[in-house]
Amino acid sequence: MAAVTQDTAVSMGRIARVFIYLLLLLFALFYLLPLYVMGINSVKPLAEITGGNMMALPQVWTLDPWRSAWSTAQIGVEPTGLKPYFLNSILMVVPAVAISTIVGALNGYVLTKWRFRGDTWVFGLMLFSCFIPFQIVLIPMAMVLGKLGLAGTVPGLVLVHVVYGIGFTTLYFRNYYAAFPTELVRAAQIDGAGFFQIFWRILLPVSGPIAVVSVIWQFTNIWNDFLFGASFGGTSQPMTVALNNLVQSSTGVKEYNVHFAGAILAALPTLFVYFVAGRYFVRGLMAGSVKG
Amino acid sequence: MSTAPDFRTRLQDWLPKLVLAPSFAVTLLFVYGFIAFTVLLSFTGSKMLPSYNFVGWLNYQKLWALPAWNTAIVNIAIFASLYIIICTAVGLALAIFLDQKIRGEGVLRPIYLYPMALSFIVTGTAWKWFLDPGIGLEKVMHLWGWESFSFTWIKDGDMAIYTIVIAAVWQTSGFVMAMFLAGLRGIDNEILKAAQIDGASNWQLYRRIVIPLLRPAFLSAFVILSHLAIKSYDLVVALTGGGPGRATEMPATFMYSYTFTRNQMGIGASSAVIMLMTIAAIMVPYLYAELKEKK
Amino acid sequence: MRSGWKTMIKAAAVLAMTTSLAKAADVEVLHWWTSGGEAAALNVLKDNLATGGTGWVDMPVAGGGGEAAMTALRARVTAGDPPTAVQMLGFDIQDWAEQGALADLTATAQAEGWDKVVPAALQKFSTYDGKWVAAPVNVHSTNWVWINKAALDATGLAAPTTWDELVAVLDKMKENGITPLAHGGQPWQEATVFDGIVLSMGGDFYQKAFIDLDPAALGGEQMATAFDHLIKLRSYVDDNFSGRDWNLASAMVINGEAGMQMMGDWAKGEFLKAGKKPGTDFVCIRFPGTQGSVTFNSDQFAMFNQTDAAKQEAQVNMAKAIMDPAFQSAFNVVKGSVPARTDVPNDAFDDCGKKGMADLAEANTNSTLYGSMAHGHAAPAAVKNATYDVITAAFNGEYADGAAAAKALAEAVAAAQ
Repeated sequence: MAAVTQDTAVSMGRIARVFIYLLLLLFALFYLLPLYVMGINSVKPLAEITGGNMMALPQVWTLDPWRSAWSTAQIGVEPTGLKPYFLNSILMVVPAVAISTIVGALNGYVLTKWRFRGDTWVFGLMLFSCFIPFQIVLIPMAMVLGKLGLAGTVPGLVLVHVVYGIGFTTLYFRNYYAAFPTELVRAAQIDGAGFFQIFWRILLPVSGPIAVVSVIWQFTNIWNDFLFGASFGGTSQPMTVALNNLVQSSTGVKEYNVHFAGAILAALPTLFVYFVAGRYFVRGLMAGSVKG
Repeated sequence: MSTAPDFRTRLQDWLPKLVLAPSFAVTLLFVYGFIAFTVLLSFTGSKMLPSYNFVGWLNYQKLWALPAWNTAIVNIAIFASLYIIICTAVGLALAIFLDQKIRGEGVLRPIYLYPMALSFIVTGTAWKWFLDPGIGLEKVMHLWGWESFSFTWIKDGDMAIYTIVIAAVWQTSGFVMAMFLAGLRGIDNEILKAAQIDGASNWQLYRRIVIPLLRPAFLSAFVILSHLAIKSYDLVVALTGGGPGRATEMPATFMYSYTFTRNQMGIGASSAVIMLMTIAAIMVPYLYAELKEKK
Repeated sequence: MRSGWKTMIKAAAVLAMTTSLAKAADVEVLHWWTSGGEAAALNVLKDNLATGGTGWVDMPVAGGGGEAAMTALRARVTAGDPPTAVQMLGFDIQDWAEQGALADLTATAQAEGWDKVVPAALQKFSTYDGKWVAAPVNVHSTNWVWINKAALDATGLAAPTTWDELVAVLDKMKENGITPLAHGGQPWQEATVFDGIVLSMGGDFYQKAFIDLDPAALGGEQMATAFDHLIKLRSYVDDNFSGRDWNLASAMVINGEAGMQMMGDWAKGEFLKAGKKPGTDFVCIRFPGTQGSVTFNSDQFAMFNQTDAAKQEAQVNMAKAIMDPAFQSAFNVVKGSVPARTDVPNDAFDDCGKKGMADLAEANTNSTLYGSMAHGHAAPAAVKNATYDVITAAFNGEYADGAAAAKALAEAVAAAQ
């Protein structure tokens, strides 16, 4: 893409550049600090943490906290570690992200290429779902899931996350497709292509960048959700609930090193997604979503 | 047979609406239906579970008489305005700097972005420790010989709200940076070159041309940041638990505690209604302006 | 040959019975004992049930001392899908019973004679409208003080038994250059300390103020003195207390950085885990002036209504297993609390545990066993949280004096009722 190789918008002098590098590095330190605190304390024995300096390097390095968090720490009555919950999260996140992204793409396609009277109203109304605080919907959502027989099941959780995700995904795809020339769609229509054919052959192949944005956004939000997972997860609780169970001991001994190791473990999938897909993220944002 | 093609074209006409309909229906039920339900609850004397004995405006009267609610309102005003301004400023600055053909941009960008990937269940403890004078930054500075260094905001009822701003800025400013960076990369360089030839300074270029061109990015950032500010719950719970005392109570924590832990669901619902009205007051004009423009 | 056939058929029949039992009778348990020793201790219960053919489906939700679990429970009940058994505290049990959501365990309780062995003050929470609705697992008492032995010896004074002696010890510790009182600035911790102070003003006063919620007692002179004591205690705490977890405060006492901590009996676990011995490394005493009285909170398991007969049977099995003296002993040794029945042998407990059991029995006989306000066993959640607001504000110096705080307390409690 042109974006990566193009000249900068405005260039600056040499001294200014040194200053800029310094500032950028300083901010990088600021962003990395909490990760440093977590990482460094996850490889220390507990006594060094409660008795000593949180920022210091360990005197004794140990990987036991990591092993414990992954496979032997007590999560509820079973000493299973976080391992089994990882799969629960995957089983919930993958369908929820896939469905909300596909639905968002189709919605965006309709709202830009098959416009009808009042379509902006429909879109505006749907967008408000992005802004509703989750605590508010907990009780009515429980009622509805109970009526549907989906309470305490993975499909129920997937439904919840799809419902509150389509506002965002529709927004992303709508803005992206808005920039796509409608003439191409009309031409294909004249050639006799149908609704789904046009979507499949013409729009989908160019949707890569925005699909990345949508997937990253949805993946992070759903993976990190605790409230819905704890309330509607039933016996297949996601990893955040397990992590919370690990770190929120009520009156027991707090093993901070294990907590931090568990915290990093639980965050690995989202970190992975950000570090790997991060470059496409900016590209995807550039390709449309911020153009309003 | 003339009905078959007729049916097909009719189907083609209806198909887009049929595709959109489920999403719309789901939104009506799960967003507007639930909001209506919350409004209804706010007029009932619900305690532990929803009940339907109506008490009129009583919950709202009680709500506004509670000192904690007033604290929450003041806090959200301080928090939201600082958070939005600082995040936007930091995000814009980082984006402009990163856009200067920086070596290692590929490394720096994910570092700036990654906090958005973590939930506060994960980072809350790390932040709490870092801000804690006894074990975090202040102690480290003392160990490094800067004895007079003092940073006790998180322990200070008047200042604790600002530590929440710091952590919140940490979490989202990188994301805002990405939005501005995308905006910057989308600007047509010919315009800038022309202005440079006309002798405009860097400062003028940014102030007169670049920043106005980033208007859509500003708006998107504003929407995302303001809704995160109003929703902010995990952050407060993880960092200060609403303390010291109840100095960092926010509407979201207030609503949760009255609905779920204090068994005063009616009052919780009324605070939720106020929150929703605030969100609507911010979002509706924005959406109206944005959507009208493109008609 | 024939006998061989017989045994095989018998074995098959037994197998069929046990498997059908295991399949039909699972208990799904919502609780917040999710990590460390207490979760491991709960596993004992699970194993006990498994030998009787009752399966265990675990539904752990931790956070906020059970708050997150209660939120999840509300969602489950609203969805029409309540768990079979739920860990619960004090007034929550009463509130759910009032909603008609809890199963009746009276028949089991009568058959097993629970009312003879469970302290009367506990029964107030385990029963609703004369029916047993919950099985208590433990009794935590909250009016404890944990003192570093070396720091106490350094003062040259004895373990305090009155407020004045306490102040003397604290002053001396301050002179010796340590933080006299280790404290974590979270509302429930401040309220825990305040429980002890109010109880030291006399059991009758505690009863009147915190359980009967008498406005005169809440706003009166004695309460003003209690708040003055609380404000006084603030001066012995380091500047860095706010937001500190209670176990980090315990760590300060363990490593001698601080002199003492006022905390419930769960703090003992931290000391033991650090390899400290009661009596030689640390001292456990009742809050000065409260020996003979106990403020408690009790974890119980409430059973939610089930229509399925097999599930009802599983609930009965679980309730019986919880009340089993051997389990009560095994669990509470780990948890740091004491058994919820008074007839459990104390052999397995350490000195502090034995003292806790003796104190509980004594308080039970003398009717000086009171529900803890800080831990939701004196008044319902709305009132409890209202007192938190005032106590925390007082501790953080927001009132001019104790009298102003007492006045605010009376007002806050009245508004929350």
